[in-house]
Amino acid sequence: MWRGYIKREGIITVEDKKSQGLVDKVWEILSSIKLAVVVFTLISATSIVGTLIQQQVEPERNIKMLAKLFGDSAPAVFKVLDMMGFTDMYRSWWFLALLFIFAVNLVVCSIDRLPGIWKLTKTPVKPLDPEMFRTMLMRPQLQIKEKLGDAAVKVSSALKKIGFKNIQSDEKTGQIYAEKGRYSRLGVYVTHLSILLILLGGIEGKFFGFDGYLALREGDTASFLESRNGSKIPLGFSVRCDDFDVSFYDNSDTPKAYTSKLVVLENNNEVLRKQINVNDPLRYKGVIFYQASYFFNPDRIDDSRFIMKVYSQNTGKSQEVSVALDKSFDVSGTKIKGKVTDYSPAVGIDNKTGELFTYSNQMNNPAVFIEFEEAGKTVHKQWFLKRFPETWKTPFGSVQLLDIWGVQYTGLQVRKDPGVWLVYLGCLFMAIGLYAAFFMSHRRIWVHLTEDKGKTTVSVAGSTNKNKIQFDQKIDSLIKSL
Amino acid sequence: MDSSQLFGIATIAYILAMVAYIAYLAFKNSTVGNIATTITIAGFVSHTIAFFVRTAEFMEVGQMGIMRAIPLTNLYESLIFFVWCLILGYLLIELRYKTKSFGAFITPIAGMTLAFIELSGIHKDIHPLVPALQSNWLLSHVTMSFLAYAAFAISFATAMMYLAVTTEKKKDRAYIFWTTTLGIFIAILAAMCIDFFTFKIVASRPESFIKSYLFKATFRSSSGMVVLLSTIGLAAIIYAVYNFGHIIKKVITSFNISKEMLDDLTYKSIAVGFPVFTLGGLIFGAVWADQAWGRYWSWDPKETWSLITWFVYAFFLHARYLRGWKGQKIAIVAVIGFVSTIFTYLGVNLLLTGLHSYGAQ
Ligand code: HEM
Repeated sequence: MWRGYIKREGIITVEDKKSQGLVDKVWEILSSIKLAVVVFTLISATSIVGTLIQQQVEPERNIKMLAKLFGDSAPAVFKVLDMMGFTDMYRSWWFLALLFIFAVNLVVCSIDRLPGIWKLTKTPVKPLDPEMFRTMLMRPQLQIKEKLGDAAVKVSSALKKIGFKNIQSDEKTGQIYAEKGRYSRLGVYVTHLSILLILLGGIEGKFFGFDGYLALREGDTASFLESRNGSKIPLGFSVRCDDFDVSFYDNSDTPKAYTSKLVVLENNNEVLRKQINVNDPLRYKGVIFYQASYFFNPDRIDDSRFIMKVYSQNTGKSQEVSVALDKSFDVSGTKIKGKVTDYSPAVGIDNKTGELFTYSNQMNNPAVFIEFEEAGKTVHKQWFLKRFPETWKTPFGSVQLLDIWGVQYTGLQVRKDPGVWLVYLGCLFMAIGLYAAFFMSHRRIWVHLTEDKGKTTVSVAGSTNKNKIQFDQKIDSLIKSL
Repeated sequence: MDSSQLFGIATIAYILAMVAYIAYLAFKNSTVGNIATTITIAGFVSHTIAFFVRTAEFMEVGQMGIMRAIPLTNLYESLIFFVWCLILGYLLIELRYKTKSFGAFITPIAGMTLAFIELSGIHKDIHPLVPALQSNWLLSHVTMSFLAYAAFAISFATAMMYLAVTTEKKKDRAYIFWTTTLGIFIAILAAMCIDFFTFKIVASRPESFIKSYLFKATFRSSSGMVVLLSTIGLAAIIYAVYNFGHIIKKVITSFNISKEMLDDLTYKSIAVGFPVFTLGGLIFGAVWADQAWGRYWSWDPKETWSLITWFVYAFFLHARYLRGWKGQKIAIVAVIGFVSTIFTYLGVNLLLTGLHSYGAQ
């Protein structure tokens, strides 16, 4: 049917050849739009099923959902669906096969038409023979009072005005002609090619890349990842997390940034340092580390440190201290020693009673309980809350909690995807191709001039492969300026 | 003046413009027509300024610069932006096609949506962005998706009008198709109105609004009686539209819009919406996911549904371009495309569980 379309445009005529051999038949099927429709429909329909059934989760979740529809036979239905691959559908052989047929269809379809279109884009516009000219005539003839020579100049400048460059003229036929956007005809092919690039990139990533997860405690180093199925993937180098931190919009629990300070090590030598953010990952040797999650877990609290800024009234100076749980630090200029004896990840103050309570198991507002003693006797004890400065005062100065280091884990999504550049290239091609396909058109125009008793008769023929209305308006303004 | 006052001015302007456009259709007086256009433009200018003012207010709260303060982060803001795109699209059509006939359709939608936002008590607070949302890719993704949705909405409207003007008999499949679709749309809008007035919405993000409020007062109510009544209501509305479709047809026909123009507009809106959706909806979305989560495509329900929507519109273009589909057939494809679009935006969050819980780490 698209051969018919080309004929309609009157540029090339392709003979409808009768298909004979098996190869021809297969080719015909693979290049048919019918196949495209079937594949589109199958991909869409199965994808819909894939969005209803949760992918790659424990069977119970889906059985529960199915029970609403099928009641007691839900487990049996689940078994059938599971066998058919619907629980990990987008990886199943038949879904990949559908994508493959889609790709082949696209290639064959494009190859089928490309020679014609290629020839068209390779052939510059030529003068038309009179008969063609008549069929492509766009407006009734009109007379202008200039002589032929002047009229030609006028027509040329009018053509320039409506956007044509490189205007040519032909003595023999008396035509002035020009064209625009010839290569935009390739836009469709660029678009189709881009889809293939994206699919290829996806395949390359699947086969030559990996995907994993890494939970790193502050201070810890790792050289293996955990993959989705629980196996270990060696990195070939190691990473250490120096610190993880959440910052909040002032005095709210709305997070503003999650940051991890990461260090890359090769044979125990530091080679790269970077502070990563949610939208700003670390890249090293093709492996990318994304900030994905975090959690609070004081399983190795003895290894952890309380980092505080201690201000002493006696000396008027502040000092940063870093101590372990139940270990003492000095308040400078006094004989007083402080000791952290308790802590909590998130302490709030009850508005009414003024009592303290823990409100989250994440480190939203960490707090420490410090006992101060002088000569073996407890002289003061108090809670210090990181985000509430009114809790920082002590009889001898103040204590500001900066961080509890070593109790938070950063969760890193780690990926190596050697195909991603193909995907990005495909995206770029698609943008260019779609622009050419929808916002550009191949326009050709021929103006025929004949002199008659000192006046010139002008007739205009033209063609465009799309956006006829706009082309028509251009012709209107051409006629007007004559 | 703060942004919500400016949005109020825009609301009033669109409602006045609606009156003027209807008067213009009734009297065919070109002065009235020009007044209508002027009021619409005035509303649009106020709407645009309000957008900038809101951005400034947002910058104040977030303290992260202008790129992190574009007001497109919750239901309130996205509805307002959607209306803005719709009016922009309409003004472009008026300019290009030199016709004011659509004004009487578009301005009431715009005015009513804004008034509805005002009345419903939807949350207007500015929320600073959580880390996952702090991305220029996401910003382009959201903006362009909404532009594409607006273009698809226009193609839906023109395709429905096309079907309404071209169907004659009640037995026509195309007639049954468009009246049923319209009936369902009206029922859904009614159900949403009931939700709004029942719950006085407090959710700040579209996702949570949809999950916890949408249709809770009707189809998803905990009382079986209410669900039954709602279903009967739905059937009644569809039947009413089916029965009185000819009246709608008469109204549209009286606007003197040629069916060729409707067909052309349907195509044009999709020809604009498709590339914008491809680039903004799919590509920028994928780039953002790649930057933030480390995977450009994870087949989660929302992504999958955008892909399905994309296929429907790709089918539309190929059917028209290669097969020369025109008229009712292609209009039906355009309607299906928009139904799929809406499902991508609302239905997925409502009915399916997925990974798309942005920012909720
Ligand atoms: C979802 C994937 C696809 C996209 C995004 C796509 C995109 C496009 C676009 C934008 C056009 C130009 C249409 C216009 O100007 O109105 C086009 C034309 C075309 N497409 Fe596709 N296409 C896809 C899949 C396919 C498939 C699978 C086939 C093969 C059967 C195909 C065959 C064609 C043909 C033959 C043309 C006309 C080309 C010409 O004028 O020379 N497309 N495509």
